[in-house]
Amino acid sequence: MVHDLSQTAAPAAATWHPATTESRGSRYVLIGITLVFLGLFLVLPLVSVFVEAFRKGPAEYFTALIEPDAQAAIRLTLLVAAIAVPLNLVFGVVAAWTIAKFEFKGKAFLTTLIDLPFSVSPVISGLVYVLLFSSHSLLGPWFKSHGIEILFAVPGIVLATVFVTFPFVARELIPLMQHQGTTDEEAALSLGANGWQTFWHVTLPNIKWGLLYGVLLCNARAMGEFGAVSVVSGHIRGLTNTMPLHVEILYNEYNFVAAFAVASLLALLALVTLILKSLLEMRYGAELRAAGGH
Amino acid sequence: MDVRVSGVRKEFDRFPALHDVSLEIKSGELIALLGPSGSGKTTLLRLIAGLESPTEGKVFFGDEDASLKSVQERNVGFVFQHYALFRHMTVIDNVGFGLKVRPSNTRPAKDEIRRRSSELLDFVQLSGLEKRYPAQLSGGQRQRVALARAMAIEPRVLLLDEPFGALDAKVRKELRRWLREIHDKTKHTTVFVTHDQDEALELADRVVVMSQGSIEQVGTPDEVYDKPNSPFVYGFIGESSRLPVRIENGTVWIGEKSLGLKADRPDGDGMLYFRPHDVELVDGSNGCIAGTVVASRRVGATRRVELMVAGAEERIEIGIDADHPATELSGIAFRPRHFRVFARD
Ligand SMILES: Nc1ncnc2c1ncn2[C@@H]1O[C@H](COP(=O)(O)OP(=O)(O)OP(=O)(O)O)[C@@H](O)[C@H]1O
Ligand SMILES: [Mg+2]
Repeated sequence: MVHDLSQTAAPAAATWHPATTESRGSRYVLIGITLVFLGLFLVLPLVSVFVEAFRKGPAEYFTALIEPDAQAAIRLTLLVAAIAVPLNLVFGVVAAWTIAKFEFKGKAFLTTLIDLPFSVSPVISGLVYVLLFSSHSLLGPWFKSHGIEILFAVPGIVLATVFVTFPFVARELIPLMQHQGTTDEEAALSLGANGWQTFWHVTLPNIKWGLLYGVLLCNARAMGEFGAVSVVSGHIRGLTNTMPLHVEILYNEYNFVAAFAVASLLALLALVTLILKSLLEMRYGAELRAAGGH
Repeated sequence: MDVRVSGVRKEFDRFPALHDVSLEIKSGELIALLGPSGSGKTTLLRLIAGLESPTEGKVFFGDEDASLKSVQERNVGFVFQHYALFRHMTVIDNVGFGLKVRPSNTRPAKDEIRRRSSELLDFVQLSGLEKRYPAQLSGGQRQRVALARAMAIEPRVLLLDEPFGALDAKVRKELRRWLREIHDKTKHTTVFVTHDQDEALELADRVVVMSQGSIEQVGTPDEVYDKPNSPFVYGFIGESSRLPVRIENGTVWIGEKSLGLKADRPDGDGMLYFRPHDVELVDGSNGCIAGTVVASRRVGATRRVELMVAGAEERIEIGIDADHPATELSGIAFRPRHFRVFARD
């Protein structure tokens, strides 16, 4: 009888598989569908950006990039990101710290509020600033009388970008900080550290990879934002056009090579972001997963 | 440093975690806070440290009102239940942290910090592990690093929250003895939290028994074990048996039978408490508690028998010699050597 049992046990073991494993055939079909889908909708457009950009050769490509309006757009985009990202880094850390480490009334509301930019269409975000700062609004005339242009100028673009990219850092940090709790900070305080030392020596090292990840995503969005910026920018060539807006203008003028050349820079930014993101995930995956990251 | 907790109440969102707790801790004492889960031990410890502030009442360090001081200013060494070591710092940097963050006028030089940290690591028997990270240590080693880190700031009081809670039984025992030795050498005023009565009784100079946010009894291990002052302490520390009784003219009765025990209580119903192993068997049936054996089992060196007590229709347990010929349904009579009668709840 023992002999019989072992004979029946062996084939059973050979065909055993986890409940979620599909048969080999259907697995390949599923992988195939995914690959075709990714190819059609992601890789093909990305490749075509570069193909179009180089259609008339590298000389035309680089001409399109060093032309003054393109240069101005690139500079403006970098400037906006250079202001918006650090601002959101600070805001994000402060907001996450407040939400994760303190108990107070209205915390759930605040958490929801942070997500607002994600749930509102970027166009609406832009329009809000138009309503706030236009010449018929409450704030507009005041700023105007003090010689500060907000709308259709760099400050408006920065404001809209800050608004749209606000959630990235905070969203990345809140679950991470909540998961880590407050005992490390309490330990530092009990050892005599002041608030700043505690943040600098204990909190920051604990969240640094999550923070970097959030900044990366925030930056990618800050440079790529179209909708909100489009509404407040006024599309003044060489002055208030960011790269995405510049691409649109060129495209509408049927200047395809130039449009795609500038677009290819944005595509490169996306690729670099993706690579850095993957590297971060590979190296610090466990830490980021603890944060319930993306 | 003497520590005095005076009339402290603590509420979390209206939920009273501590009510009217007062406690005096003498300089150099090793005190255990003992109680079941949720009794407020951690809360009391955190209040002493300044990690929580009392809703009412005060905490004194010596003569000085510490309630007005922040946790940084109190200079206490706090060892957290899960150690809370800084995971991105090496062992030696963890230990030196408290010195490193001092204001520049009291901060020792870098070399001095390093030297003192190594010395402490030596003291907690961890030399050689300076360069490791907390993740590369065993639980017992982490515990020692946490203790060394807390001692590095030359604290006025050492506070430990379930210092051995996360360790296995063998390491617990070792560290227990080791903590006692450290305490005897350093003479730090020390308060530690535990819900393990063996730990409390073995280690502490005095034990503070807590229940539901209040202190039930404070005393030496002998006092709380031999003279529990409440039904809770009787039940919580060591084993106890209890029997509903009646008091008449200062003596204890069950039904129509006097037990031959004197009780200093007014007449009326009461509950008799005693230790199951602290009884003497007697012959005859007067002036004693008599019962029928309904179950018997061997526990270590003694035999534990369950009796159905005549007149009370209650089952109780007593401990008797292992070679006593008690069998089921045989009768046994006994008298507790030490006992107390409390009000019936
Ligand atoms: N931050 C807090 N917010 C709300 N309630 C709390 C808080 N901390 C503690 N409590 C409550 O106070 C009571 C006492 O908690 P405490 O942590 O002091 O118990 P404990 O004796 O340490 O228990 P354990 O042995 O489980 O650690 C518990 O009922 C707990 O739920
Ligand atoms: Mg506790």
